[in-house]
Amino acid sequence: MFSNFDYDVIWRSLPYLFQQGMVFTLTLTAIATVFGLILGTLIAMMRLSSSAVLSGFAVSYVNLMRSLPLVLVIFLFYFLMPYVGQWIIRSDQPVQVGAYASTIVTFTLFEAAYFSEIMRAGIQSVPRGQVMAGYAIGLNYREVMRRVVLPQAFRNMLPVIFTQTIVLFQDTSLVYVLSITDFLGAASKVAQRDGRLTEMYLFAALVYFLICFTASFFVKRLQKRISIIR
Amino acid sequence: MNYNWNWGIFWDQTPDATGTYFGSLMSGLQVTILLALCAWFIAFVMGSLIGIMRTLPARWAVFVGNAYIEMFRNIPLLVQLFIWFFVVPELLPGDLGIWIKQLRNGPFIAAMLGLGFYMSSRVAAQITAGINALPKGQRMAGTAIGLTTWQTYRYILLPLAYRIIFPPLTSEFLNTIKNTAPALTIGVLELTARARSMQEFSFQVFEAFSAAAAIYLVLSAVVTIGMRIIEKRLAIPGFNGGK
Repeated sequence: MFSNFDYDVIWRSLPYLFQQGMVFTLTLTAIATVFGLILGTLIAMMRLSSSAVLSGFAVSYVNLMRSLPLVLVIFLFYFLMPYVGQWIIRSDQPVQVGAYASTIVTFTLFEAAYFSEIMRAGIQSVPRGQVMAGYAIGLNYREVMRRVVLPQAFRNMLPVIFTQTIVLFQDTSLVYVLSITDFLGAASKVAQRDGRLTEMYLFAALVYFLICFTASFFVKRLQKRISIIR
Repeated sequence: MNYNWNWGIFWDQTPDATGTYFGSLMSGLQVTILLALCAWFIAFVMGSLIGIMRTLPARWAVFVGNAYIEMFRNIPLLVQLFIWFFVVPELLPGDLGIWIKQLRNGPFIAAMLGLGFYMSSRVAAQITAGINALPKGQRMAGTAIGLTTWQTYRYILLPLAYRIIFPPLTSEFLNTIKNTAPALTIGVLELTARARSMQEFSFQVFEAFSAAAAIYLVLSAVVTIGMRIIEKRLAIPGFNGGK
Protein backbone atom coordinates (compact mmCIF):
# COMPACT_ATOMS: atom_id res chain seq x y z
CA MET A 1 0.00 0.00 0.00
CA PHE A 2 3.02 2.30 0.31
CA SER A 3 4.32 1.20 -3.10
CA ASN A 4 3.04 4.24 -5.02
CA PHE A 5 4.33 6.63 -2.39
CA ASP A 6 5.98 9.78 -3.73
CA TYR A 7 8.67 10.66 -1.23
CA ASP A 8 10.01 13.28 -3.60
CA VAL A 9 7.07 15.63 -2.99
CA ILE A 10 8.09 15.85 0.67
CA TRP A 11 11.74 16.42 -0.23
CA ARG A 12 10.87 19.14 -2.76
CA SER A 13 8.60 21.05 -0.38
CA LEU A 14 10.84 20.84 2.71
CA PRO A 15 12.14 24.45 2.46
CA TYR A 16 8.60 25.78 2.06
CA LEU A 17 7.23 23.63 4.89
CA PHE A 18 9.90 24.61 7.39
CA GLN A 19 11.08 28.07 6.38
CA GLN A 20 7.56 29.43 6.01
CA GLY A 21 5.23 27.04 7.79
CA MET A 22 7.19 25.92 10.81
CA VAL A 23 8.67 29.37 11.36
CA PHE A 24 5.18 30.83 11.69
CA THR A 25 4.00 27.97 13.91
CA LEU A 26 6.95 28.43 16.26
CA THR A 27 6.67 32.23 16.26
CA LEU A 28 3.00 32.05 17.16
CA THR A 29 3.70 29.48 19.88
CA ALA A 30 6.49 31.60 21.38
CA ILE A 31 4.59 34.91 21.31
CA ALA A 32 1.39 33.37 22.69
CA THR A 33 3.33 31.60 25.46
CA VAL A 34 5.26 34.68 26.60
CA PHE A 35 2.41 37.18 26.46
CA GLY A 36 -0.20 34.62 27.51
CA LEU A 37 1.90 33.83 30.56
CA ILE A 38 2.33 37.51 31.49
CA LEU A 39 -1.36 38.25 31.01
CA GLY A 40 -2.31 34.99 32.71
CA THR A 41 -0.22 35.87 35.77
CA LEU A 42 -1.95 39.25 35.99
CA ILE A 43 -5.36 37.55 35.72
CA ALA A 44 -4.39 35.04 38.40
CA MET A 45 -3.33 37.90 40.72
CA MET A 46 -6.65 39.63 40.01
CA ARG A 47 -8.51 36.45 40.80
CA LEU A 48 -6.72 36.03 44.13
CA SER A 49 -7.06 39.70 45.08
CA SER A 50 -9.42 40.82 47.81
CA SER A 51 -11.34 43.10 45.46
CA ALA A 52 -14.62 41.43 44.48
CA VAL A 53 -14.77 43.38 41.20
CA LEU A 54 -11.31 42.30 40.07
CA SER A 55 -11.72 38.65 41.04
CA GLY A 56 -15.23 38.58 39.56
CA PHE A 57 -13.89 39.88 36.28
CA ALA A 58 -11.03 37.36 36.28
CA VAL A 59 -13.35 34.43 37.05
CA SER A 60 -15.80 35.33 34.29
CA TYR A 61 -13.01 35.91 31.75
CA VAL A 62 -11.37 32.55 32.49
CA ASN A 63 -14.65 30.62 32.53
CA LEU A 64 -15.83 32.25 29.31
CA MET A 65 -12.63 31.46 27.42
CA ARG A 66 -12.46 27.94 28.78
CA SER A 67 -15.98 27.01 27.73
CA LEU A 68 -15.66 28.19 24.11
CA PRO A 69 -14.00 26.15 21.34
CA LEU A 70 -10.78 27.75 20.11
CA VAL A 71 -11.98 27.61 16.48
CA LEU A 72 -15.00 29.75 17.37
CA VAL A 73 -12.79 32.25 19.20
CA ILE A 74 -10.41 32.43 16.21
CA PHE A 75 -13.32 33.30 13.90
CA LEU A 76 -14.92 35.68 16.39
CA PHE A 77 -11.74 37.71 16.96
CA TYR A 78 -10.83 37.70 13.28
CA PHE A 79 -14.13 39.36 12.38
CA LEU A 80 -14.41 41.42 15.56
CA MET A 81 -10.99 43.01 15.62
CA PRO A 82 -11.42 45.44 12.70
CA TYR A 83 -14.41 46.98 14.51
CA VAL A 84 -12.66 47.11 17.89
CA GLY A 85 -9.65 48.72 16.21
CA GLN A 86 -11.91 51.27 14.58
CA TRP A 87 -13.49 52.06 17.94
CA ILE A 88 -10.13 52.45 19.68
CA ILE A 89 -8.50 54.79 17.15
CA ARG A 90 -11.84 56.43 16.27
CA SER A 91 -11.47 56.08 12.50
CA ASP A 92 -14.30 56.11 9.98
CA GLN A 93 -13.52 52.73 8.47
CA PRO A 94 -13.06 49.34 10.11
CA VAL A 95 -9.29 48.84 10.56
CA GLN A 96 -7.48 46.30 8.38
CA VAL A 97 -6.05 43.80 10.88
CA GLY A 98 -5.22 40.75 8.81
CA ALA A 99 -5.22 37.09 9.69
CA TYR A 100 -1.66 36.98 11.10
CA ALA A 101 -2.05 39.82 13.60
CA SER A 102 -5.49 38.64 14.60
CA THR A 103 -4.35 35.07 15.36
CA ILE A 104 -1.49 36.36 17.50
CA VAL A 105 -3.91 38.43 19.59
CA THR A 106 -6.44 35.58 19.70
CA PHE A 107 -3.96 32.98 20.92
CA THR A 108 -2.49 35.35 23.51
CA LEU A 109 -5.90 36.20 24.98
CA PHE A 110 -7.17 32.61 24.76
CA GLU A 111 -4.09 30.98 26.28
CA ALA A 112 -3.95 33.63 29.03
CA ALA A 113 -7.08 32.01 30.49
CA TYR A 114 -5.36 28.62 30.68
CA PHE A 115 -2.05 30.03 31.93
CA SER A 116 -3.90 32.00 34.60
CA GLU A 117 -5.30 28.76 36.06
CA ILE A 118 -1.77 27.33 36.14
CA MET A 119 -0.33 30.44 37.78
CA ARG A 120 -3.17 30.53 40.29
CA ALA A 121 -2.26 27.01 41.38
CA GLY A 122 1.40 28.10 41.46
CA ILE A 123 0.75 31.15 43.61
CA GLN A 124 -1.35 29.06 45.98
CA SER A 125 1.44 26.47 46.19
CA VAL A 126 3.65 29.03 47.95
CA PRO A 127 3.06 28.68 51.71
CA ARG A 128 1.06 31.49 53.29
CA GLY A 129 3.81 32.05 55.85
CA GLN A 130 6.16 33.30 53.13
CA VAL A 131 3.74 36.08 52.19
CA MET A 132 3.30 37.04 55.84
CA ALA A 133 7.06 36.98 56.36
CA GLY A 134 7.41 39.30 53.36
CA TYR A 135 4.95 41.79 54.83
CA ALA A 136 6.57 41.43 58.26
CA ILE A 137 9.96 42.59 56.95
CA GLY A 138 8.26 45.61 55.42
CA LEU A 139 7.77 44.69 51.77
CA ASN A 140 4.65 45.97 50.01
CA TYR A 141 2.30 43.87 47.83
CA ARG A 142 4.30 44.43 44.65
CA GLU A 143 7.58 43.51 46.25
CA VAL A 144 6.14 40.41 47.96
CA MET A 145 4.74 39.23 44.63
CA ARG A 146 7.82 40.08 42.58
CA ARG A 147 10.54 38.95 44.97
CA VAL A 148 8.94 36.17 47.01
CA VAL A 149 5.80 34.59 45.57
CA LEU A 150 6.03 34.73 41.77
CA PRO A 151 9.58 33.35 41.38
CA GLN A 152 8.63 30.29 43.44
CA ALA A 153 5.21 29.94 41.82
CA PHE A 154 6.84 30.08 38.42
CA ARG A 155 9.47 27.50 39.31
CA ASN A 156 6.94 25.09 40.86
CA MET A 157 4.72 25.31 37.81
CA LEU A 158 7.48 25.11 35.18
CA PRO A 159 6.65 21.54 34.02
CA VAL A 160 2.93 22.37 33.77
CA ILE A 161 3.71 25.57 31.86
CA PHE A 162 5.81 23.60 29.36
CA THR A 163 3.09 20.97 29.00
CA GLN A 164 0.60 23.73 28.26
CA THR A 165 3.04 25.14 25.70
CA ILE A 166 3.10 21.76 23.93
CA VAL A 167 -0.72 21.80 23.87
CA LEU A 168 -0.55 25.35 22.53
CA PHE A 169 1.94 24.27 19.85
CA GLN A 170 -0.56 21.63 18.69
CA ASP A 171 -3.46 24.08 18.88
CA THR A 172 -1.72 26.54 16.55
CA SER A 173 -2.58 24.13 13.72
CA LEU A 174 -6.17 25.44 14.04
CA VAL A 175 -5.16 28.69 12.29
CA TYR A 176 -5.73 26.52 9.21
CA VAL A 177 -9.35 27.77 9.33
CA LEU A 178 -8.13 31.26 8.36
CA SER A 179 -6.01 29.80 5.49
CA ILE A 180 -2.78 30.89 7.19
CA THR A 181 0.45 29.18 6.11
CA ASP A 182 1.49 27.58 9.35
CA PHE A 183 3.18 24.16 9.21
CA LEU A 184 -0.08 22.28 8.63
CA GLY A 185 -1.33 25.01 6.30
CA ALA A 186 1.84 24.72 4.20
CA ALA A 187 1.59 20.92 4.12
CA SER A 188 -2.04 21.14 3.12
CA LYS A 189 -1.34 23.65 0.33
CA VAL A 190 1.34 21.40 -1.18
CA ALA A 191 -0.92 18.37 -0.70
CA GLN A 192 -3.76 19.97 -2.63
CA ARG A 193 -1.55 21.48 -5.34
CA ASP A 194 0.23 18.20 -6.12
CA GLY A 195 -2.63 15.86 -5.23
CA ARG A 196 -0.43 14.15 -2.64
CA LEU A 197 -2.70 14.23 0.43
CA THR A 198 -1.52 10.90 1.85
CA GLU A 199 2.20 11.71 1.83
CA MET A 200 1.88 15.27 3.08
CA TYR A 201 -0.55 14.62 5.94
CA LEU A 202 1.37 11.58 7.15
CA PHE A 203 4.59 13.59 7.02
CA ALA A 204 2.96 16.47 8.95
CA ALA A 205 1.73 13.99 11.56
CA LEU A 206 5.23 12.52 11.88
CA VAL A 207 6.86 15.93 12.34
CA TYR A 208 4.33 17.05 14.96
CA PHE A 209 4.71 13.70 16.72
CA LEU A 210 8.51 13.88 16.86
CA ILE A 211 8.52 17.46 18.17
CA CYS A 212 5.84 16.92 20.80
CA PHE A 213 7.18 13.53 21.88
CA THR A 214 10.70 14.88 22.36
CA ALA A 215 9.44 17.98 24.15
CA SER A 216 7.25 16.02 26.55
CA PHE A 217 10.15 13.64 27.23
CA PHE A 218 12.24 16.58 28.43
CA VAL A 219 9.31 17.96 30.44
CA LYS A 220 9.03 14.62 32.24
CA ARG A 221 12.75 14.73 33.06
CA LEU A 222 12.42 18.29 34.32
CA GLN A 223 9.48 17.25 36.48
CA LYS A 224 11.54 14.50 38.09
CA ARG A 225 14.45 16.84 38.77
CA ILE A 226 12.23 19.48 40.31
CA SER A 227 10.42 17.00 42.50
CA ILE A 228 13.75 15.79 43.92
CA ILE A 229 14.82 19.31 44.87
CA ARG A 230 11.68 19.92 46.91
CA MET B 1 -18.77 51.73 15.67
CA ASN B 2 -20.96 51.98 12.60
CA TYR B 3 -22.04 48.36 12.69
CA ASN B 4 -25.62 47.58 11.70
CA TRP B 5 -27.06 45.61 14.57
CA ASN B 6 -29.89 43.33 13.59
CA TRP B 7 -30.89 40.85 16.24
CA GLY B 8 -34.00 39.95 14.22
CA ILE B 9 -31.72 38.21 11.71
CA PHE B 10 -32.27 34.85 13.39
CA TRP B 11 -35.84 34.74 12.09
CA ASP B 12 -34.86 35.50 8.47
CA GLN B 13 -34.79 32.73 5.90
CA THR B 14 -31.40 31.25 4.96
CA PRO B 15 -30.43 31.60 1.25
CA ASP B 16 -30.88 27.88 0.67
CA ALA B 17 -34.51 28.33 1.82
CA THR B 18 -34.49 25.40 4.24
CA GLY B 19 -35.59 27.46 7.24
CA THR B 20 -34.54 30.32 9.47
CA TYR B 21 -31.00 31.07 10.63
CA PHE B 22 -32.14 30.05 14.11
CA GLY B 23 -33.18 26.67 12.75
CA SER B 24 -29.83 26.36 11.02
CA LEU B 25 -27.95 27.01 14.29
CA MET B 26 -30.17 24.48 16.06
CA SER B 27 -29.41 21.79 13.48
CA GLY B 28 -25.72 22.62 14.00
CA LEU B 29 -26.21 22.14 17.74
CA GLN B 30 -27.78 18.74 17.07
CA VAL B 31 -24.76 17.66 15.02
CA THR B 32 -22.39 18.96 17.71
CA ILE B 33 -24.19 16.97 20.43
CA LEU B 34 -24.48 13.82 18.32
CA LEU B 35 -20.81 13.98 17.29
CA ALA B 36 -19.71 14.58 20.88
CA LEU B 37 -21.74 11.61 22.14
CA CYS B 38 -20.53 9.21 19.41
CA ALA B 39 -16.91 10.31 19.88
CA TRP B 40 -17.27 10.03 23.66
CA PHE B 41 -18.49 6.46 23.29
CA ILE B 42 -15.30 5.52 21.40
CA ALA B 43 -13.15 7.58 23.77
CA PHE B 44 -14.67 5.93 26.83
CA VAL B 45 -14.45 2.34 25.56
CA MET B 46 -10.96 2.62 24.06
CA GLY B 47 -9.74 4.82 26.92
CA SER B 48 -10.94 2.29 29.50
CA LEU B 49 -9.27 -0.61 27.67
CA ILE B 50 -5.96 1.17 27.25
CA GLY B 51 -6.07 2.71 30.71
CA ILE B 52 -6.65 -0.69 32.33
CA MET B 53 -3.92 -2.28 30.18
CA ARG B 54 -1.38 0.18 31.60
CA THR B 55 -2.08 -1.06 35.14
CA LEU B 56 -1.76 -4.79 34.35
CA PRO B 57 1.25 -6.75 35.65
CA ALA B 58 2.29 -7.75 32.09
CA ARG B 59 5.12 -5.55 30.77
CA TRP B 60 3.99 -5.76 27.12
CA ALA B 61 0.50 -4.48 28.05
CA VAL B 62 2.00 -1.42 29.73
CA PHE B 63 4.23 -0.80 26.70
CA VAL B 64 1.36 -1.06 24.21
CA GLY B 65 -0.77 1.23 26.37
CA ASN B 66 1.97 3.84 26.65
CA ALA B 67 2.69 3.74 22.90
CA TYR B 68 -1.03 4.20 22.15
CA ILE B 69 -1.28 7.23 24.43
CA GLU B 70 1.90 8.85 23.07
CA MET B 71 0.73 8.38 19.49
CA PHE B 72 -2.70 9.94 19.88
CA ARG B 73 -1.61 12.66 22.30
CA ASN B 74 1.35 14.02 20.34
CA ILE B 75 -0.38 14.68 17.02
CA PRO B 76 -2.70 17.71 16.76
CA LEU B 77 -6.40 16.91 16.54
CA LEU B 78 -6.72 18.65 13.19
CA VAL B 79 -3.97 16.49 11.65
CA GLN B 80 -5.65 13.37 13.01
CA LEU B 81 -8.97 14.44 11.50
CA PHE B 82 -7.29 14.96 8.12
CA ILE B 83 -5.68 11.54 8.33
CA TRP B 84 -8.98 9.81 9.09
CA PHE B 85 -10.76 11.74 6.36
CA PHE B 86 -8.19 11.96 3.53
CA VAL B 87 -5.56 9.30 4.19
CA VAL B 88 -7.23 6.24 5.74
CA PRO B 89 -9.61 5.62 2.77
CA GLU B 90 -6.56 5.75 0.44
CA LEU B 91 -4.64 3.17 2.45
CA LEU B 92 -7.52 0.68 2.65
CA PRO B 93 -7.62 -2.00 -0.05
CA GLY B 94 -9.31 -0.89 -3.32
CA ASP B 95 -13.08 -1.37 -3.13
CA LEU B 96 -13.40 -0.72 0.60
CA GLY B 97 -11.63 2.64 0.24
CA ILE B 98 -13.86 3.70 -2.65
CA TRP B 99 -16.97 2.62 -0.76
CA ILE B 100 -15.91 4.69 2.27
CA LYS B 101 -15.17 7.74 0.13
CA GLN B 102 -18.66 7.60 -1.33
CA LEU B 103 -20.44 7.42 2.03
CA ARG B 104 -22.83 10.32 2.52
CA ASN B 105 -21.91 10.62 6.19
CA GLY B 106 -18.19 10.33 5.44
CA PRO B 107 -17.14 13.57 7.18
CA PHE B 108 -19.20 12.75 10.26
CA ILE B 109 -17.76 9.25 10.55
CA ALA B 110 -14.19 10.48 10.06
CA ALA B 111 -14.73 13.20 12.68
CA MET B 112 -16.25 10.67 15.08
CA LEU B 113 -13.29 8.29 14.73
CA GLY B 114 -10.70 11.07 14.82
CA LEU B 115 -12.14 12.83 17.84
CA GLY B 116 -12.97 9.56 19.59
CA PHE B 117 -9.44 8.15 19.35
CA TYR B 118 -7.87 11.53 20.14
CA MET B 119 -9.92 11.85 23.34
CA SER B 120 -9.42 8.17 24.21
CA SER B 121 -5.74 8.82 24.99
CA ARG B 122 -6.77 11.43 27.55
CA VAL B 123 -9.44 9.19 29.04
CA ALA B 124 -6.91 6.35 29.26
CA ALA B 125 -4.48 8.54 31.20
CA GLN B 126 -7.26 9.39 33.67
CA ILE B 127 -8.33 5.74 34.10
CA THR B 128 -4.74 4.69 34.82
CA ALA B 129 -4.39 7.51 37.33
CA GLY B 130 -7.66 6.48 38.99
CA ILE B 131 -6.63 2.84 39.36
CA ASN B 132 -3.15 3.76 40.61
CA ALA B 133 -4.68 6.15 43.16
CA LEU B 134 -6.32 3.20 44.96
CA PRO B 135 -4.47 1.80 47.97
CA LYS B 136 -2.28 -1.18 47.00
CA GLY B 137 -4.08 -3.26 49.61
CA GLN B 138 -7.27 -3.30 47.53
CA ARG B 139 -5.61 -5.31 44.77
CA MET B 140 -3.80 -7.56 47.24
CA ALA B 141 -7.03 -8.19 49.16
CA GLY B 142 -8.68 -9.23 45.90
CA THR B 143 -5.90 -11.71 45.20
CA ALA B 144 -5.95 -12.90 48.82
CA ILE B 145 -9.64 -13.86 48.75
CA GLY B 146 -9.00 -15.87 45.58
CA LEU B 147 -10.36 -13.57 42.87
CA THR B 148 -8.87 -13.78 39.39
CA THR B 149 -7.28 -10.64 37.89
CA TRP B 150 -10.44 -10.06 35.85
CA GLN B 151 -12.66 -10.40 38.93
CA THR B 152 -10.40 -8.07 40.97
CA TYR B 153 -10.81 -5.39 38.34
CA ARG B 154 -14.52 -6.01 37.78
CA TYR B 155 -15.64 -6.10 41.41
CA ILE B 156 -13.04 -4.14 43.35
CA LEU B 157 -10.75 -1.79 41.41
CA LEU B 158 -12.92 -0.43 38.61
CA PRO B 159 -16.05 0.50 40.63
CA LEU B 160 -13.83 2.57 42.92
CA ALA B 161 -11.56 3.98 40.21
CA TYR B 162 -14.45 5.22 38.01
CA ARG B 163 -15.93 7.05 40.98
CA ILE B 164 -12.61 8.73 41.77
CA ILE B 165 -12.09 9.98 38.22
CA PHE B 166 -15.66 11.07 37.61
CA PRO B 167 -14.89 14.82 37.94
CA PRO B 168 -11.90 14.78 35.53
CA LEU B 169 -13.91 12.61 33.12
CA THR B 170 -16.62 15.27 33.19
CA SER B 171 -14.13 17.88 32.07
CA GLU B 172 -12.84 15.52 29.36
CA PHE B 173 -16.41 15.20 28.10
CA LEU B 174 -16.70 19.01 28.04
CA ASN B 175 -13.44 19.05 26.05
CA THR B 176 -14.97 16.55 23.63
CA ILE B 177 -17.87 18.92 23.04
CA LYS B 178 -15.49 21.83 22.41
CA ASN B 179 -13.28 19.70 20.18
CA THR B 180 -16.15 18.98 17.79
CA ALA B 181 -15.58 22.47 16.34
CA PRO B 182 -12.42 21.59 14.30
CA ALA B 183 -14.58 19.01 12.46
CA LEU B 184 -15.88 21.89 10.36
CA THR B 185 -12.61 21.72 8.38
CA ILE B 186 -13.58 18.35 6.93
CA GLY B 187 -17.13 19.48 6.19
CA VAL B 188 -19.15 18.49 9.25
CA LEU B 189 -21.92 21.10 9.60
CA GLU B 190 -21.75 21.50 13.36
CA LEU B 191 -22.53 24.60 15.40
CA THR B 192 -19.43 26.69 14.58
CA ALA B 193 -19.76 25.83 10.87
CA ARG B 194 -23.40 26.96 10.94
CA ALA B 195 -22.44 30.24 12.65
CA ARG B 196 -19.70 30.74 10.06
CA SER B 197 -22.06 30.21 7.13
CA MET B 198 -24.66 32.48 8.76
CA GLN B 199 -21.96 35.17 9.00
CA GLU B 200 -21.04 34.65 5.35
CA PHE B 201 -24.58 34.95 4.03
CA SER B 202 -26.01 37.63 6.31
CA PHE B 203 -22.86 39.66 7.22
CA GLN B 204 -24.16 39.80 10.81
CA VAL B 205 -20.80 38.82 12.35
CA PHE B 206 -21.54 39.57 15.99
CA GLU B 207 -25.03 38.12 16.07
CA ALA B 208 -23.93 34.85 14.44
CA PHE B 209 -20.86 34.18 16.60
CA SER B 210 -22.24 35.47 19.89
CA ALA B 211 -25.30 33.27 19.44
CA ALA B 212 -23.02 30.27 18.86
CA ALA B 213 -20.89 31.25 21.87
CA ALA B 214 -24.01 31.54 24.04
CA ILE B 215 -25.20 28.10 22.91
CA TYR B 216 -21.80 26.57 23.79
CA LEU B 217 -21.95 28.22 27.23
CA VAL B 218 -25.47 26.89 27.90
CA LEU B 219 -24.48 23.44 26.66
CA SER B 220 -21.46 23.22 28.96
CA ALA B 221 -23.48 24.57 31.91
CA VAL B 222 -26.17 21.91 31.35
CA VAL B 223 -23.56 19.13 31.12
CA THR B 224 -21.75 20.36 34.25
CA ILE B 225 -24.96 20.46 36.30
CA GLY B 226 -26.13 17.09 34.99
CA MET B 227 -22.78 15.48 35.79
CA ARG B 228 -22.82 16.87 39.33
CA ILE B 229 -26.19 15.25 39.92
CA ILE B 230 -24.95 11.90 38.59
CA GLU B 231 -21.77 12.24 40.67
CA LYS B 232 -23.82 12.64 43.87
CA ARG B 233 -25.94 9.61 42.99
CA LEU B 234 -22.84 7.47 42.38
CA ALA B 235 -20.97 8.45 45.53
CA ILE B 236 -20.53 5.73 48.16
CA PRO B 237 -21.36 7.35 51.52
CA GLY B 238 -18.27 7.80 53.66
CA PHE B 239 -15.82 6.73 50.97
CA ASN B 240 -14.79 9.88 49.15
CA GLY B 241 -12.49 12.13 51.14
CA GLY B 242 -14.38 12.60 54.41
CA LYS B 243 -17.77 13.47 52.92
